[in-house]
Amino acid sequence: MNISEIFETMSYGPAPEQSDYVHDWLKSHSKGFKLYIGGKWVKAKSSDSFMESHNPATGEYLAKFSVAGADDVDRAVKAAAKAFPEWSGLAGHERAKYLYTLARLIQKTSRFISVLETLDNGKPIRESRDIDIPLVARHFYYHAGWAQLMDQELPDQEALGVVGQVIPWNFPLLMMAWKIAPAIAAGNCVVLKPAEYTSLTALYFAELCEEAGIPPGVVNIVTGAGDTGAQIVNHPDIAKIAFTGSTGVGRYIREATAGSGKKLTLELGGKSPYIVFEDADIDGAVEGLVDAIWFNQGQVCCAGSRLLVEEGIADRLIEKVKARLNKFRVGDPLDKTIDMGAIVDPIQLERITTLVNKGADEGAEVWQPDVSRPDKGCFYLPTLITNVSPSNIVVREEIFGPVLTVMTFRTLQEAADLANNTRFGLASSVWSENINRALEIASMIKAGVVWVNSTNQFDAACGFGGYRESGFGREGGKEGMYEYLKPAGEWDSDKGNLIRSPKATGQNPVGLGIDRTAKNYVGGKQARPDGGNTRLILTHDGNVAGRVGDGNRKDIRNAVEAAFKNPGWSSATAHNRAQVIYYIAENLSYRENEVVGQLMSHTGVTKKAAKAEFDMSVSRLFSYAAWADKYDGLVHTPPVKNVALAVHEPNGIMGIVCPDVMPLLSFISLLAPAIAMGNRTVVIPSERYPLLATDFYQILETSDVPAGVVNIVTGDREELAQVMARHDQLDAIWYHGSSEGSQMVEKESAANLKRTWVNDGRARDWMSVHGEGRRFLREATQVKNIWLPYGD
Amino acid sequence: MSATKQILINSLPRVEGCDFHPDWVDEIKINKSAVDRRISSLGGRRTVKKKWQAAWLLKAISCIDLTTLSGDDTAGRVKRLCAKARYPVRPDILLALGFEDMQLTTGAVCVYHEMVETAVAALKGSGIPVAAVSTGFPAGLAPLETRLAEIRASVAAGAEEIDIVISRRYVLTGNWRALYDEVKAYREACGDAHMKAILATGQLGSITKVAKASMVCMMAGSDFIKTSTGMEGVNATLPVSLVMIRMIREFYAKTGQKVGYKPAGGIGTAKLALQYLTLIKEELGDEWLSPHMFRFGASSLLGDIERQLEHFVTGRYSAANRHSMG
Repeated sequence: MNISEIFETMSYGPAPEQSDYVHDWLKSHSKGFKLYIGGKWVKAKSSDSFMESHNPATGEYLAKFSVAGADDVDRAVKAAAKAFPEWSGLAGHERAKYLYTLARLIQKTSRFISVLETLDNGKPIRESRDIDIPLVARHFYYHAGWAQLMDQELPDQEALGVVGQVIPWNFPLLMMAWKIAPAIAAGNCVVLKPAEYTSLTALYFAELCEEAGIPPGVVNIVTGAGDTGAQIVNHPDIAKIAFTGSTGVGRYIREATAGSGKKLTLELGGKSPYIVFEDADIDGAVEGLVDAIWFNQGQVCCAGSRLLVEEGIADRLIEKVKARLNKFRVGDPLDKTIDMGAIVDPIQLERITTLVNKGADEGAEVWQPDVSRPDKGCFYLPTLITNVSPSNIVVREEIFGPVLTVMTFRTLQEAADLANNTRFGLASSVWSENINRALEIASMIKAGVVWVNSTNQFDAACGFGGYRESGFGREGGKEGMYEYLKPAGEWDSDKGNLIRSPKATGQNPVGLGIDRTAKNYVGGKQARPDGGNTRLILTHDGNVAGRVGDGNRKDIRNAVEAAFKNPGWSSATAHNRAQVIYYIAENLSYRENEVVGQLMSHTGVTKKAAKAEFDMSVSRLFSYAAWADKYDGLVHTPPVKNVALAVHEPNGIMGIVCPDVMPLLSFISLLAPAIAMGNRTVVIPSERYPLLATDFYQILETSDVPAGVVNIVTGDREELAQVMARHDQLDAIWYHGSSEGSQMVEKESAANLKRTWVNDGRARDWMSVHGEGRRFLREATQVKNIWLPYGD
Repeated sequence: MSATKQILINSLPRVEGCDFHPDWVDEIKINKSAVDRRISSLGGRRTVKKKWQAAWLLKAISCIDLTTLSGDDTAGRVKRLCAKARYPVRPDILLALGFEDMQLTTGAVCVYHEMVETAVAALKGSGIPVAAVSTGFPAGLAPLETRLAEIRASVAAGAEEIDIVISRRYVLTGNWRALYDEVKAYREACGDAHMKAILATGQLGSITKVAKASMVCMMAGSDFIKTSTGMEGVNATLPVSLVMIRMIREFYAKTGQKVGYKPAGGIGTAKLALQYLTLIKEELGDEWLSPHMFRFGASSLLGDIERQLEHFVTGRYSAANRHSMG
């Protein structure tokens, strides 16, 4: 085509990004990449074989890299463990300097990295150059800041040790930055495995670590496939696993690490809603969809893959989406004039194709634009699917491809219901020009991120992570730093947590008066246990203390149901919750003599000790009444014209399993923060001394605690805890019992990926600073970031 | 088809406009941050290189309303500008581009009323229309009768295009009916001349107001909508352009009438001109990429494009003094 012809047609031509210098670098590694362990490039011990990396757009061979086996992972963990004391012992400022150097190096080599990323992954050069790599640098800058400020802003927190990190292929270097930056800022040393499709930028990063002079062993990069990842997950000397990837693998990791004491962050799948109200800027919403589901070929965990549109504007919106897609350019990712590049691998392409075909078989209408795509390479056209309902497979399953489903709604409530009608809860977008409407639905959506009038916005200062089966833990923000820290001296490992029953002496019940029958407490009422049986409870010296209900799985079911049916507490004002908790404290204080006496006779403590436990219990209630309206969220100001409201939301319905020690204080110490933050609870009190809790019913009844907020089921701790861990309506579970029980809870919670917080058989000093405070509040809440761009 | 033939815009029928529909104004919703994001990512999504870039730059030249609007304009100055409009690029460069037979000219020459006759005479036989800014340009606060008389006088003097300015006060107070009536009156005064409605977007306060004013001006029968006089603090920008051309798209969807677009002021570089052309191509379509439907209101843009074209031909960076003054 000559210039005159182009003048007439005004067509686009090729605009390739130069890549020869990146190929030169790959050639210099033609013998294959080794493993980066302890600051050295070492040959894999386990295997001489290599894996290959290919350019998905062309099939071109790029490089080969080592496969780390058990010995290699072990060597990496040892190197990290060896580096840990010195690295974690450095002054924050020293670590800050290293992170700053990495940030600068990434900026200085940003074009190289962008091209390498695009070659390896298939994403458009625009995205790696303008989005991924700038965010990588931003992440290191931001966390250099946390290293610097840790002593002041995160006092009494200490690094965990060796952290194992396994990352996906969709944002290879960005996910690596999300993992490594906070981990090493906090003083941990890492063993990271990049995804086998996309290992190259992580290996290049290892070279940057050498250049930055990062001390040997602080960052270790081991390559390989799932087996290598499993070696990391199962390595006994690793203190934490951070994983981003599929919900299936996340569930496996939850089960595999159960009971190991490993801390866990899981950032998993999603099926995020993209809600458009009739008062939205429709053209803006259409372009937003391009950034939501046709960003990175739709291979984004938080992709807005379910379009929910108000019925009255649905036809118009769909027409506009189609018009936009008819201008789409799909092709060579290194070309600077394309919208969408290549799917990462033929296997993924196959998966997308299969799911869409299944959806069509179930009656979905599949539309693709009439635009060209390369004949070879892994390409899939942007796809719009209509005529679907929530039962269609393409609406239910995460496709991880450029596929959008469309459903309509009539009202805001229906939009929220459809949005939440999923096992996932990662992100969401809301489009409306009415701030009231936007914030109303933002509060209703169960997801870790809500983007108002925007989508797929990320920043290191704003925590990212999901609700429900999208995982737990946050990356970014201060909340992300806590994922790599622990409070110093939190657990008292020497002391037991549980108390065995002595032999019964056959003595009469202690105390005088009319016989009382303790039942369960469900939905604001005392309820007879379903099985109709009771348990004999003995005092510390074997006398009969009384009987409590012997709860079973149906009692737990009923308790959860009561909590589910009374959601009002979670949206009650913090002031209102505070008042109720103060009232509980007030009513408890009236009964000092009675309760102190019970503590003495049941648990055998001295009067002084009983009084101390009682006083602390009242004080603790006051603490959480005080906290109820003070554990505020944050307002972030990411580097765009935007505010992001980091809101603390309750987990939802929480199961709480109490220890035996200090049966009143531990019960209150666990219950009060949960309800102060707006959770509804199902509590299994101390199995050994449950009567302190059952006597609490009357206090709850007289303290204006709404029905369903506190439900108490007595009985066999492990049996009831297992029912709770297996209950998919529970959002979180706190367990204070045995090591075995802790393992069971973590393992059984994998099915719906509820958040867990277990004691691993250790004890906590309830009278000390570790008995209350922000630690508990963090576990009782999850952070939802609501992004609010503005401008007129 | 030669470039010259394309430029005879008066051979196209005028935009009729339609009755005033207040609901078409009320329903407009514009999200500024979404607009800004579209613009900020567009440069990364689309680019033209090498011969495509050269061809696009030639297209940009064909869409320029080569403009002088200064109190010290004289006949001599205007004649020189008209000569540049006839021969915007050095012949040896056109030859090297294989474009020598395309009779490339700018889209129009744009002057004040007093300079219309001079410009018409200077452009005689070239097919290049003369555009006159009018209606008390740039503030538009002369008496209505004076403003209408100015239009008629410029048309009588040979102007084929009239760039009117709207009364910003009607926009700022939301008096859309008054704006409609005003622009409609201007349109009638234009007779056969094509009318470009200047919104003075930099003075309208919000991007939503810009969108609404665009819609009203199109309902009243504007052939083009235009951003600025070039005299406001902020003149044409890409975000404002996105909003205005989306309104053109919306008006076309509603009425089947195609309205042209003219960003004016502040477009001084070849690179920025390419971004505008990309925006038009992506949001409106190829049909708008011609002087019938798209113009740049610019005075210094041509010089930068000439330098870029010479660089494309020679591989050497060019200098301003190597190209003829306009």
